[in-house]
Amino acid sequence: MGHEGIGASVRRKEDLRFLNGRGHYTDDMNRPGQLYAYIRRSDRPHARLGAIDTAAAKASPGVVAVFTGADMAAEGIGGLPCGWQIHNKDGSPMAEPPHPVLATGKVRHVGDPVAVVIAQTRQQAKDAAEKLAIDYHDLPGAAGLREALAPGAAPVHDEVQGNLCYDWHIGDKAMVDAAFAGAAKVVKLELENNRLIPNAMEPRAAVGDFDPMSGDYTLITTSQNPHVIRLLMGAFVLHIPENHLRVIAPDVGGGFGSKIYHYAEEAIVTWAAGKLKRAVKWTAERTESFMSDAHGRDHISTAELALDKDGHFLALRVSTLANMGAYLSTFAPCVPTYLYATLLAGVYKTPAIYAEVKAVFTNSVPVDAYRGAGRPEATFLLERLVDVAARETGIDRVEIRRRNFIPNDAFPYQTPVALQYDSGDYTATLNAALKAADYAGFESRRAAARARGKLRGIGVSTYLEACGIAPSAVVGSLGARAGLYECANIRVHPTGSVTVFTGAHSHGQGHETTFAQLVHEQLGVPLDQIEVVHGDTNRIPFGMGTYGSRSLAVGGSAMVKAMDKIIAKGKKIAAHLMEASVEDVEFKDGTFTVAGTDKSKTLTDISLTAYVPHNYPIEELEPGLEETAFYDPKNFTYPGGCHVAEVEIDPETGVTSVVNFTAVDDVGRVINPMIVEGQVQGGVAQGIGQALLEHAVYDSAGQLLSGSMMDYTMPRADNLPNITVGTESTLCTHNPLGVKGCGEVGAIGSPPAVMNAVVDALREYDVRHIDMPATAPKIWSIIQAGRPRMAAE
Amino acid sequence: MYDFAYQKPGSVADAVKALAADPEAKALAGGMTLIPVLKQRLNHPSVVVDLAKTGLSGITAGAGSVTIGAMTTHAAVAASAEVRRIIPALAALAGGIGDEQVRHRGTIGGSLANDDPAADYPAAALALGATITTNKRAIAADDFFQGMFTTALEADEIITSVTFPAPAAANYQKFRNPASRYAIVGVFVARFPAGVRVAVTGAGQGGVFRHAAMEAALSANFSPDAIAAVTTPAGDMNSDIHASAEYRAHLVGVMARRAVAAAS
Amino acid sequence: MPQVSLTVNGTQHTVEVENRTLLVELLREKIGLTGTHVGCDTSQCGACVVHVDGTSVKSCTMLAVQAEGANVTTIEGLAAADGTLHPMQEMFREHHALQCGFCTPGMVMSAIDLVQSHPEGLSEHQIREGLEGNLCRCTGYHNIVKAIAAAWPLMHGKTMPAAAE
Repeated sequence: MGHEGIGASVRRKEDLRFLNGRGHYTDDMNRPGQLYAYIRRSDRPHARLGAIDTAAAKASPGVVAVFTGADMAAEGIGGLPCGWQIHNKDGSPMAEPPHPVLATGKVRHVGDPVAVVIAQTRQQAKDAAEKLAIDYHDLPGAAGLREALAPGAAPVHDEVQGNLCYDWHIGDKAMVDAAFAGAAKVVKLELENNRLIPNAMEPRAAVGDFDPMSGDYTLITTSQNPHVIRLLMGAFVLHIPENHLRVIAPDVGGGFGSKIYHYAEEAIVTWAAGKLKRAVKWTAERTESFMSDAHGRDHISTAELALDKDGHFLALRVSTLANMGAYLSTFAPCVPTYLYATLLAGVYKTPAIYAEVKAVFTNSVPVDAYRGAGRPEATFLLERLVDVAARETGIDRVEIRRRNFIPNDAFPYQTPVALQYDSGDYTATLNAALKAADYAGFESRRAAARARGKLRGIGVSTYLEACGIAPSAVVGSLGARAGLYECANIRVHPTGSVTVFTGAHSHGQGHETTFAQLVHEQLGVPLDQIEVVHGDTNRIPFGMGTYGSRSLAVGGSAMVKAMDKIIAKGKKIAAHLMEASVEDVEFKDGTFTVAGTDKSKTLTDISLTAYVPHNYPIEELEPGLEETAFYDPKNFTYPGGCHVAEVEIDPETGVTSVVNFTAVDDVGRVINPMIVEGQVQGGVAQGIGQALLEHAVYDSAGQLLSGSMMDYTMPRADNLPNITVGTESTLCTHNPLGVKGCGEVGAIGSPPAVMNAVVDALREYDVRHIDMPATAPKIWSIIQAGRPRMAAE
Repeated sequence: MYDFAYQKPGSVADAVKALAADPEAKALAGGMTLIPVLKQRLNHPSVVVDLAKTGLSGITAGAGSVTIGAMTTHAAVAASAEVRRIIPALAALAGGIGDEQVRHRGTIGGSLANDDPAADYPAAALALGATITTNKRAIAADDFFQGMFTTALEADEIITSVTFPAPAAANYQKFRNPASRYAIVGVFVARFPAGVRVAVTGAGQGGVFRHAAMEAALSANFSPDAIAAVTTPAGDMNSDIHASAEYRAHLVGVMARRAVAAAS
Repeated sequence: MPQVSLTVNGTQHTVEVENRTLLVELLREKIGLTGTHVGCDTSQCGACVVHVDGTSVKSCTMLAVQAEGANVTTIEGLAAADGTLHPMQEMFREHHALQCGFCTPGMVMSAIDLVQSHPEGLSEHQIREGLEGNLCRCTGYHNIVKAIAAAWPLMHGKTMPAAAE
């Protein structure tokens, strides 16, 4: 189709409202009679909760109500559910302690909600919340993995002695051990994956409302998946049937995973609205976001690679500790298991892999999926390990990768860790990235930098990820408590315009444009006559939402299926109108034709007939032109590619700057290249942030030291380079569009590319590995430690 | 934020009267520090006295000096032709405080009165030997800064202007906290006929300080090499998650050498 | 209750506020202009940037009472009455300089001030430094920088000087 369909960099339909300040974000929404909630949170990492004296708060001006965990428990309100169950090595289920909406008995992390004050204004609620007298009996706390696992560590949950949530494994241990026994070379690396705080620019917010006449509840919330929230909150927490609970996720200002989960505040405002028969709004202050939005990453791992004498990988053995925080967030248990360990083959044909993962409760904010979720952790481990292997075998960093790539003729390729890759061409993305980055010319740039007193390094990462989450049967067998299909409804209106109702949710991805392009491509309707609706459980049949780079691969595929049904029905109507047999009717570019004749009917002719069925095959066909489809993928999709980072270090200060960044990704078929490029650039920025800047730091007792943007380094414009993006695509073989997904590739491939470059820049200082973030003082210390040795030489 | 009474007096005298009348009163200049502090509920003034209408902004070039009204914004100092001509390093420093929006509101008087240990202006005032004029008196910079967030100002005293003598050469180099962008270390170097003055902000446990060893070395030989061997005791430095005391001590040397090299 | 009179996007308003009410709260909650956003509580993210008497300020770090008599322009006041976008808005759209849109109003208001205050031209480096007060989590800034560079000639009515630095 023309210049607005698949492959066109169409300018975004949604931009006009955002650029004019006419977006509708949750905090922009107000309801008649609305009250404001302020949540008093624990400032203690770990404490027994004694009496809470609410009298002064209740008497404070403007206060309508104060509720504590005891009030919710008295009404039988459930805890926040976890959506994924992992089983231990011995087959027993993971420890799954309760997650009360408002703390009862104990507080387990700084930020744990203790009580809610509801008042006429925000400031009144906050004024009153300060007057709550909370009796804490402090307990020893541990926010770090090693500290929480240490013998004698205080249990975060009394019923989980030792703080072990699960001890899980995957792969063939005996086979791996045998391979190691016979290896010519073993490379071992210990590494940490730094804890991150997502910091979508829009803080979370929620407005609950209740209509006493109908008994209907409404929740407006900053969510990536309103139907999931309706299911979890309605069924497990507040016991509201779906037909009485409407969840709206309007314009959402970024998510990056942090807005997938069902959070306490959603339940609080909805429940309170029902009790008070008034709307209740809560909006996070950024400081609250730091201590209540799910964090990301936070792994400690040991990785070992066995190689033969020619540098072929024989086996990989990985042992990982993963921080769950104080409670299990919605998808937390699957992140360090099925989204991490299953990715440890990467792009390599390593024949034997074994990984064990211990998930640990700590006195810290719950940890869950953050852009990439498990896959960045696996990629960082693998791509750092390969670089170290190259160095210790004396094989060139690029050559050792080529030597171990899964070859193009090996697809479908079954890895030793459960996944089956459908397509890819790792040599193609590598070659394209090296060319675009002028890898061959690097040494002259290194020399030029040296002349300016700077240390310059280059790093490569060849990565793969699994997204398009996910086949329901597969994830169900792995412990998911939900199906992960997607739903689309396509409504062709009588005059031929189209409304798409999608269960995917756009919070920056540009679905209103990309999805419209799909409709334009398939149905031939002009873009300005296509409306994409998302984010409202009362308007959309069903949906699982947007995360794991799934919207196009799963949601887009559902749209294609629904449009196939539209065309099939349209052909029947057209056949009737043109007095032809259905088999002879063809549809292309918005027009139905009869093969071998000049007869034709436009989609508008057909839609008008469908809704005004005067001349219509009414015995065989219902009126109307609207179809719904659910698409459950057959497999994950497997985007991959090569990222090349070039850094310069100021040896006097240790400041590291990324001076060039090149990403060449295989994201499958590209619908809107402009949007894909933007997604990759944004992901890379977050990856560079992880590599150089961002770190959620707790002290040993569990106080969050990087608890605001004054101490948590958000990447700014002057921290980042221009980011060159290319695509080199193979098509996904199992979805109708051939798409793979592009939302996370940037954040997955980039951190090891940057860190490989940093280590390369410091090669004269004999540094083998550096954990993220590579802050200036860390690099300076390495240079300082290297200096005496250099001087002695 | 706790609520408070608000006054916007039309003269320095009225502002002083308002501040003197109430020990819990707070003066509001640009608000770039006070308002964030109030938002965090770390301070609960009874009355906020807004100095916006006290007529304290403006820049005057003198003979070998420049005088800046206390309510002059950082942006105005950065853009001032007089400041750029007489003390370009001061204009450059002002142009590097916070971000563009902070510079549009933040004022020199507010910055000096607050004396944040990581603020930039204290380094300039101390290194240049500025005179801080208040409604009561003139205070030499050497006497003004008395430790973190502590100055010689009395409760009923407000800064009206600051006079900076023109150096023969000067420069300010800042190593920023990557998150807050405040100075982890900022070094202002100023060469006068009588000698060199070096002031360090961001680094010291006691707030902004003069670096005597560097001043001596640079007064003898104004070149980066002259201070290559001058060390800064780490024991006097701040330490936090962004920079250890040792790292700060090291950066003082680096920033000082760069400032000397760039001084003009 | 204290009153504040000010002009917002050409319209005169007199509203009752508390002394502790922030300018951004006045804009969003008192006069319903929700295009100006609040993304942090430490004056860093810049989602709240508006123009007060012609220069960009963070409306989360200014009391409403300080804006007495001021002339305020918000994101809602940029486009012409017929809907024609300001060149900066147009270039943000053309260069895909926004994704979730939450930082966009503040980013656009800062960008306009940045271009207006640099009639001598802007290098890429200056643009990146000029955005110090605005955070974006979606775009990696790449396209924002491009959009601002592209808006400069449109706003100044001439080509950008080549060696601007």
